[in-house]
Amino acid sequence: MINFGYTLPSDRQIVYDKNNRETATFLRSKEPTFNSCIQCGTCTATCSAACFTDFNFRKLLLLVNRGETFEIIQELQKCMLCGKCLLVCPRNVNTRNILLNLRLYYAF
Amino acid sequence: MKSSKKVVTIGGGIAGMEASSFLAAMGYDVTLLEKAGELGGHLAKWEKLFPTMRLGKEVLNFLSQGIYENVKVLCNAFIERIDRELDDFRIYLADGKVLEANAILVTTGYDLFDARKKEEYGYGIYDNVITSADLEEFFSSGKEIRTASGKTPASVGFVHCVGSRDQKIGNVYCSKVCCVTAVKQSIELKEKLSDVKIFCFYMDMRMYGMHFEALYKEAQEKWGVQFIRGRVSEACENSDGSILVKVEDTLAGRPMRLTVDMLVLMVGFVPSEGTKKIGNMLNLEFGPNRFFKTRDQHVLTNVSNVKGVFFAGACTAPKEITHAITDARAAASTIASYLEQNSVEKRTI
Ligand code: SF4
Ligand code: SF4
Ligand code: SF4
Repeated sequence: MINFGYTLPSDRQIVYDKNNRETATFLRSKEPTFNSCIQCGTCTATCSAACFTDFNFRKLLLLVNRGETFEIIQELQKCMLCGKCLLVCPRNVNTRNILLNLRLYYAF
Repeated sequence: MKSSKKVVTIGGGIAGMEASSFLAAMGYDVTLLEKAGELGGHLAKWEKLFPTMRLGKEVLNFLSQGIYENVKVLCNAFIERIDRELDDFRIYLADGKVLEANAILVTTGYDLFDARKKEEYGYGIYDNVITSADLEEFFSSGKEIRTASGKTPASVGFVHCVGSRDQKIGNVYCSKVCCVTAVKQSIELKEKLSDVKIFCFYMDMRMYGMHFEALYKEAQEKWGVQFIRGRVSEACENSDGSILVKVEDTLAGRPMRLTVDMLVLMVGFVPSEGTKKIGNMLNLEFGPNRFFKTRDQHVLTNVSNVKGVFFAGACTAPKEITHAITDARAAASTIASYLEQNSVEKRTI
C-alpha cells in the first residue's frame, strides 16, 4: 500500500475505565499517605531533579493514581532519592517511601 | 422583664428559630411565621451534619427548646400584605389574622438550585443522575442506595459547583457548603457500601471551616475517595444506564472520561421564592446575586434599607448552620438595640 504519510493521532484522553490501577493499589497498601496528596506542588518546587530535568513528582503521583504508568521507569530514574520532598509536604505524604516502593515494584 | 414591643419573624428555619428564641428571652413579644406545616426549614431534611456527623435532628431539637412557650408560632402562614404605619408594621395573613410589629426580622432563607437548568448534566433526563438533596433523602429515609434499575452502585461521581460559580446560569457566587457536603456524603457512602469507588470533580476544594480539611483528608486517606480537579463538561447515558463523565484532569493537563453508576450533583443555594416575595412587599434592596443587600458588608450585616426591617440567615448569602445560628443571635441583639434606641445603634460608617 502506498504510504501517504497520514497517521491517526494517538488519543490523549485518560480513559479511566480501561486503565490499570494496580500500582496505585500496591502503593496504597504500602504507604497509606499515598492518597493524601492534594497536588499542591511543594515537592516539585523543592526537587533538585525537577530543576534540571522534566521530572515532576507531583505529576508522577497523580498519573500513578490514574493508572497512567507507561513511562514510569524512565521517570523514576531521574529521582535521586534525596528526600527533600518529604521535608516540605504539607500533607505529610511519605514521598520517599513511595519512591522506594515504586522502585521495588518495578524491580530496579 | 417583659416588653410591650413586638417583633415578627418571617421564616421558621434555623435563623428564624434561633433569633426568635433570643428575642423572646430578652422579653419581646415574638411571633414566628412559617409557610410550611412545621418549623425547621432545610435542616429537617438532613440526616447527618458536617463536619462532626452529628444528627441534624439534634440541632433541630436544640433550636426547638428555645421556641417553647415564649414564641408564638404560626405555621402554614401565608402573608398577603404588609402595611407600614410610621415606624410600625401591620402584617395581614391569608386566614384573616392581622399582626402588629415594631420590628420585622426576615429569615426567608434559600432554595436549592434547580439542577435541570444545567441540562448538560442530565438531571431529570438520565435516571442515575441525582442531586445531593436526593442522596441525603436516601440517607434520612434509611433506604438502600440503589441505581434506578435496582443495582448497588459500584462507582459514584460527585460534581461540585452545580448552580454556583457559573456565569452561564447567572450565579457567580460560591455556595460554601457543597464542597464539604460532597466530602461528608462520600464518606457516608463508603461507610454503607465499602466497595464503592468514589470520584469528586471539583474546581477548588473550599474547606474553609475548622475541621473541614481534616474531613477531606479522612476521605482521601481512610476511604480512598478520588478527587479530580476539573469541571465536568457533560454527562451522557450509556445503554446500560450508567453515566459517562467528561472532564479535564487539569492537574494532568489531559481530558479524561470515566463511567460511574450514579452521578450526584452538588446543588448550590439560590435566593428563595419567599425572599423574592417578602423583599418585593417590603421594598427591600437585593444585591447583585439577588440575595438581600445588607446595609454594610462588614458592620451592618443584619440591617436592611428599610427602617425596622432586619435580616438573618441565608437570605443575605449562603451560610452553613453554625454561621446561620451566630447570624441569628447577632440579628436579635441588633433588633434589641434598635427597639431600645441604644446608643450603639447610632454608630455610622
Ligand atoms: S527524593 Fe526525588 S522527588 Fe524527592 S526531592 Fe529528591 S529528587 Fe526530587
Ligand atoms: S507536597 Fe505533598 S501534597 Fe503537595 S503535591 Fe507533593 S506529595 Fe502532594
Ligand atoms: S462550596 Fe465548593 S462546590 Fe460549593 S460552590 Fe463553593 S467551590 Fe463549588
